[in-house]
Amino acid sequence: MQIHDNPALKAEARNLNFFYGEAKALKNINMPIYDKKVTALIGPSGCGKSTYLRSFNRMHDLYPGNRYEGEIRFFPDNTNLLSSEVDPIEVRMRVGMVFQKPNPFPKSIYENVAYGLRVRGENNKRVLDDKVEHALKGAAIWDEAKDRLSELASNLSGGQQQRLCIARALATDPELLLFDEPTSALDPIATAAIEELVHELKKRVTILIVTHNMQQAARVSDYTAYMYLGEMIEFGKTDEIFIKPKDKRTEDYITGRMG
Amino acid sequence: MQPLTTEQIRAVIARGKLRDTIFKALGIFCLAIALLVIVALIADMAIKGSERFTLDFFLNFASRRAAQAGILSAWVGSLLVMLVTALAAVPLGVAAGLYLEEYAKRNWLTHIIEVNISNLAAVPSIVYGLLALGIFVYQFGFGQSILSAGLTLALLILPIIIVSTREAIRAIPAMIREGSMAVGATRWQTCRYHIIPYAMPGILTGVIIGLARAIGETAPIITIGALTFIAFLPPAPFTGEPPAGLFDWVFAPFTVMPIQIFNWTSRPDPAFEINAAAAGFVLMVMVLSMNAVAIYLRYKMRKNIKW
Repeated sequence: MQIHDNPALKAEARNLNFFYGEAKALKNINMPIYDKKVTALIGPSGCGKSTYLRSFNRMHDLYPGNRYEGEIRFFPDNTNLLSSEVDPIEVRMRVGMVFQKPNPFPKSIYENVAYGLRVRGENNKRVLDDKVEHALKGAAIWDEAKDRLSELASNLSGGQQQRLCIARALATDPELLLFDEPTSALDPIATAAIEELVHELKKRVTILIVTHNMQQAARVSDYTAYMYLGEMIEFGKTDEIFIKPKDKRTEDYITGRMG
Repeated sequence: MQPLTTEQIRAVIARGKLRDTIFKALGIFCLAIALLVIVALIADMAIKGSERFTLDFFLNFASRRAAQAGILSAWVGSLLVMLVTALAAVPLGVAAGLYLEEYAKRNWLTHIIEVNISNLAAVPSIVYGLLALGIFVYQFGFGQSILSAGLTLALLILPIIIVSTREAIRAIPAMIREGSMAVGATRWQTCRYHIIPYAMPGILTGVIIGLARAIGETAPIITIGALTFIAFLPPAPFTGEPPAGLFDWVFAPFTVMPIQIFNWTSRPDPAFEINAAAAGFVLMVMVLSMNAVAIYLRYKMRKNIKW
C-alpha cells in the first residue's frame, strides 16, 4: 500500500478478531481509518461489517460472552480502544454513533441533544443552549427544529429523527463518528439529506459508515472496505475499489453477481 | 379435484361462519358468568349494607351495638398499613428488578434468584404471617403494630413489584439503552434518565396491583396479631406521649378492613351482617379505585413514550 499520499491516521485495526461466544465473527482485520475522511464498509449481510463498526465504541461490551482480540489503535494518542485497561465509557465519549433505525429518546428535541452533555456533567443552561444549537445546525436540522425544541422528538419525521440522532452524537464533539446503515429506514429524499450531511461533516470529524447500498458508498466515501464472512477482503480508495477492484470477490459483489 | 362452484364455496363459508358464531356465543357466555358473579357480589353487599352508608359509619369506632359500629379504625388502619407497605416494597422491589435486568450477570446464581422470585409469589400468605410474627414482632421487637403489618405485606407483594418492574424494563427497546450508552453514559445514568422513567408506567401498575392485593389480605395480619376490636386511632405525628415524634403511629396497635369484616361476620347478632356487607362494599370500592388510578396513570404516562 502506498503510504506517502495518504492523510494522517485516525485509527487503525491491527489483527482484530472478534468472538460472539465461540463464534468467530471477525477474522484478523487490519485496516487504517484516515483522519477527516469518510470510510465506507460494504459487504453482504452477515459479513461482520456492523460487528466491526460496533467494536470501535465497545458496544459489544454491553452484552455478555463477547470477546475481542487484537487492537484498534486510536490516534493521536495511540490508545488501544480494545484494551481491558481502557474504560469503554471513555471510548464512547470520544467515538460517537448513529444507529440503523433512528432512536431518539422519548424526550424533548432539546433534551435529546443535551443528553450527551448532561452525562458529562454540564448543567449550565447557557452552555447547553449554545451547544444544542450548534449541534442541531451541524446536523442540518436547526431550521426545522428551532421553534419546537421542547416538543417530543417522536413528533419529527423519520429523516428528521435521524438527523436529530446525528446532532445528539455531534453535541459532544466526537473524534470519530460511526454510522450503522443510517439510511436503511429512510425514504430517498431523507437519504439524500443524510448523505449530503455526511459529506459536510467530514470537515470536522472522521467518519466510518456501514452501508448496504453500494451507490451510497460510492457517493459519500473517500475509502471503501469490502468485507466478506468476517474477513477484510479489500481496502482502498473508493474510486479504485469501484473502478478496478483487485480481488475477484470484491468485483463480483460490486457488479451485483453476489450478495 | 374439480374447482368448487360458487354455491359450494358459499356453503363452505357458511359452515365456517356458523362455527365462528358458536364460539363467539360461548365466549360471551363465559365472560358474562365471570362478570355477573362479581357484579352480583358487589350489588348484594351494596343492597344489604345500604342502611349503613352514612357518614357516621366512616367516623365511628367499632361498637357492641351494630347500628353504631363504624369502620373508622379499620379504614385508617388499612391506609396507614398500605403507606408503610408501599414505602418499604416500592424502593426494594424496583431496585431489585432494576438490578436483575440492568446489572446482574447472566449466570446460574441469578437464574436461581429469578426462579425463586416466582416461587415467592406463590408462597401462601399465612406463611408470610408466620415469618413476620417471628422476625418483625418478636425478633425486631416491632410488636403487633402498623409497622409489622406494613412490612409483612411489603414482603408479600415484593415479588409482584419485582416481576412487573422487570417486565416494564424488558419492554424498553435495546436501541434506547444503546443510544444512551453510545454517548458515553454509565449504567446508572442510563437507568436514571431512561430506564426508570420509561418503565415507570409499568412499575406503577405493578405497585398498585400489589397494593390492591395487600389491602385485602387477612391471614398474615391476623397471624401477627392485629386487634379485632379497637376504639382509638394511632397517634397523629407529634401528639403522642412525649417525646412525641413524626412516626409514633407506626408502633400503634391497629386493625384493618378485612379483619373488621371478618370480626363482624363471626358475631351471632345478625345486625352485624349489615355492617359486614357495608364494609365489604367499601373495601371493594377501595380496591377498584386503586385499579382505576393505575389505569389512568398508565394511560397518561404512556402517551409521551413512543419508540
